[in-house]
Amino acid sequence: MLGRFVARRLVMLIASLLVASFVIFAALYAAPGNPISALSGGRSLPAASMAVLEQRYHLNDPFFVQYWYWLNGALHGNFGISITLRENVSTLIASRIWTTAGLVAYASVLIVIFGIGLGILSGLRRGLVDTGTLLVTAVSAAIPGFVAAIVLILVFAVNLGWFPALGNGTGLIGNLRHLTLPAVALAISSLAIVARVTRAAVRTEAGREHVQTAVSRGIPVRQRIRRHVLRNAAIPITTITGITIASLIALDAVIETAFSLNGLGAYLVQSAQSKDLAVVQGISLVLVTAFVLVNLVVDLLYAVLDPRVTLGSRAQ
Amino acid sequence: MGATALLNEAEVRPPGTGFLGRLRATGPAGLASAGVIVIATFAAFFGSLLAPYNPVETNLALAWVGPVGGHLLGFDGQGRDVLSRLLAGATTSMLGPLAVVILAMTAGTLLAVVAAWRRGAVDAMISSGLDILFAFPGILLAVLAAAVFGAGLPAAAIALAIAYTPYVARVLRGAALKERGQPYVAALEVQGVSAPGICLRHLVPNMLPLIIAQATIMFGWAMVDLAAISFLGLGVQPPNPDWGVMISENQTGIPQGYPLPALSAGICIVVVVVAFNVLGERLFAEVDR
Amino acid sequence: MTDTLLEVDHLTVRLRVEGRPRSVLRDVGLRIGPGEAVGLVGESGSGKSMTARAIGRLLPERAAVEGTIRFQGADVAGLTGSDLRRYRSQVAMIFQDPRAHINPVRRIGDFMTEALRTNLGVRSAEAARRAVEMLAQVGIEDGERRLRQYPHQLSGGLLQRVMIAAALLTEPRLLLADEPTTALDVTTQAEVMAILDDLRRELHLGMLFITHDLELAAAICDRTAVMYAGQVVEVSASARLHDDPLHPYTAALTAARPDITRAASRLRAIPGRPLSAFEAPDGQCAFAPRCAHALDACRETAPEMTELDGGLSRCLRAGELRGKLATESESTESESTESEAADA
Repeated sequence: MLGRFVARRLVMLIASLLVASFVIFAALYAAPGNPISALSGGRSLPAASMAVLEQRYHLNDPFFVQYWYWLNGALHGNFGISITLRENVSTLIASRIWTTAGLVAYASVLIVIFGIGLGILSGLRRGLVDTGTLLVTAVSAAIPGFVAAIVLILVFAVNLGWFPALGNGTGLIGNLRHLTLPAVALAISSLAIVARVTRAAVRTEAGREHVQTAVSRGIPVRQRIRRHVLRNAAIPITTITGITIASLIALDAVIETAFSLNGLGAYLVQSAQSKDLAVVQGISLVLVTAFVLVNLVVDLLYAVLDPRVTLGSRAQ
Repeated sequence: MGATALLNEAEVRPPGTGFLGRLRATGPAGLASAGVIVIATFAAFFGSLLAPYNPVETNLALAWVGPVGGHLLGFDGQGRDVLSRLLAGATTSMLGPLAVVILAMTAGTLLAVVAAWRRGAVDAMISSGLDILFAFPGILLAVLAAAVFGAGLPAAAIALAIAYTPYVARVLRGAALKERGQPYVAALEVQGVSAPGICLRHLVPNMLPLIIAQATIMFGWAMVDLAAISFLGLGVQPPNPDWGVMISENQTGIPQGYPLPALSAGICIVVVVVAFNVLGERLFAEVDR
Repeated sequence: MTDTLLEVDHLTVRLRVEGRPRSVLRDVGLRIGPGEAVGLVGESGSGKSMTARAIGRLLPERAAVEGTIRFQGADVAGLTGSDLRRYRSQVAMIFQDPRAHINPVRRIGDFMTEALRTNLGVRSAEAARRAVEMLAQVGIEDGERRLRQYPHQLSGGLLQRVMIAAALLTEPRLLLADEPTTALDVTTQAEVMAILDDLRRELHLGMLFITHDLELAAAICDRTAVMYAGQVVEVSASARLHDDPLHPYTAALTAARPDITRAASRLRAIPGRPLSAFEAPDGQCAFAPRCAHALDACRETAPEMTELDGGLSRCLRAGELRGKLATESESTESESTESEAADA
């Protein structure tokens, strides 16, 4: 049963990636003008360069053949050449990917520890802790990352000087210091959402009848909470945490820009601004793949946690 | 009242009827949020008229000057009155998300109803299709659109709408299926009412509370996403006084010690989004009763 | 050593609902002897589930409880800690909807052996062995396979048997059964009832059997208590309830039940609707507004329980109405068959 579920999810994964990659590729043709002008970002090129482009992208071949060549290239790590920097896109990606990965990982850790932690705490108690959490998360959930960024920069970098405002820093400690404010900015609204959903899930599960059964049998409180409330709440908690972490992948472009970090997201935005389509396509493909993979992991975790899942997605 | 209900302290409030009744039933927080939304909407339509000073005229001599005289929030980096720009910027900041919501909710409702109505293979196909389309986070699609079509609000809004549609369809599909299975639908079918007729005149109206709740929350998301895209320079373009643009423009003022212009735009966004979130959550709670 | 297993006296329970205190039980009294099965019958809102929960110490902390509940002589309300846990292993409860009352993400084996392993320190292997044995006793033969399964893989009837088996594993002296068969279809209902009855006799268990069905209670309970609006209005030998009810409400309940053997043109319903405890006004008989025999006195004084020939009744007119309640319902039935004949 689990095997069938995994197989089905893998098929969906591949289908998703195919469709996404197709959309990314087809952007070349969706652009006004012909593909060459799209690739060159509207710049005029010497005939020799144009010929190179034509050959590289197999622009004289049928559409799907081009798509195949591009996809094949991508699978082998070849994403073409940046028209603005005249370097291999793959090299440009590789040099920036760790910043992005580090930032997303840092933010994810914050979300898991503080988001879930806060949610469990306020879900199990009533009174001040609970009301306070509700209020704080209501506001935080609405704070977009870039707004959080400017507030954090203002308070912690400019006024208090605890953390640097911009840039990447060097060395492990330097990197961590530079990534802290961005990670917090990235995590804040997601953290609030995870906390709220966790709280609601814990509340709901604590009110379930099977918990009453455990009470009626004299199961001690700690054990009851662990085995019957938290264990059951783990299902929606994992789902929302996974979804929010996946969303970080897109949001990090905004944060990297706000903090002038040298990551994939910031580079994506710059390339979009300068219409360097090959780079945009390459980075988009990497990010979408990461997004889909995270979602797949969430689905698998869900199946492991909830034995009622045999077929179908967690949408049910 | 059964023992379980009493013990679970079910909130016993009579459900509201009609639009105002439902609104009242959302409690004080819901009403306050609705109030904020009304103000923001008003600013969206009349902001430019209400602005005390010219929002676009630059005057570098006044750059970064703090609150003084009639200028409650001071001046931004280009010497423009911040308050006026906020009021004028409400238009794109509110209407952009509105467009996204209208597009996404329409497309999503259509897909959900078709999937629920036809059931079987059509439903499986649509559902699988939606599952697959989940692969594109909104901002990413908007960036791609900007790279292809050039930066601007329309492309960004459409891209976001496309990205949100699968989510809407998923949420509504469940409710549509439930409605579809109700006896009255079968009764109408037997009477010979056409499928589109049933869907438009009975199915969708019965799903309206859920649709409105979803639309309300989605407005908040769209606002955040669109502001982010404008912040990135890929949405509304400067010198338009969109709130996201304002934050991007005035970010440089912060290290220099002039946080107010950027901050005030940020606060506007947060306040309005909180209002939509709170109201949306309350409306969702009402749906389940 | 007392000879009653469970004594409930003047039990009054108030819960805070919407911020205001509401009575859910008023002056409830019960006695269950060792090995005795007592039925508790009433409609929705009568307080029967609440009584079981009060006995099982399942009320929320904010509930205001007055009166006494004694189990084997000891006051239940004051129990804490390990005493309370011991009490819980002695008094087991089974619930109406087994699917809601069993954790869906844990295996059946985990569910059944949890109390044994946690509270009684029994080792897993031994606990599993006992669970398999008990499953056989409730009619589930392939116990070992079942232990590995999850609740969603079992039918409602099977799950209820599992719940019964699990409840009996701690060797309780008293079983509180809260409408255990209401959620099941009729055939399964009969099976589960048979299992309950057999096991109870075999293990000499006391049982409080809660149901809305008077005849179901009469099938396996020696005595039955009838509840209305949070009060016990009659306690009597089950066999006697149908033919010799001591309270007008009981008579009305019996008359309202459709009888397969008789023809009737219309179902006999009790006029009005059942009151919950907190809706019932103080200082008068709660049933008076719907009672065919109510007098002014009934609306002015709250009746106490009076003893009548081994039974108890909370009716001011119990003595004078004795014997007439059952025949009255029969005669009105023959009236309706007469009028049917006239219409035909």
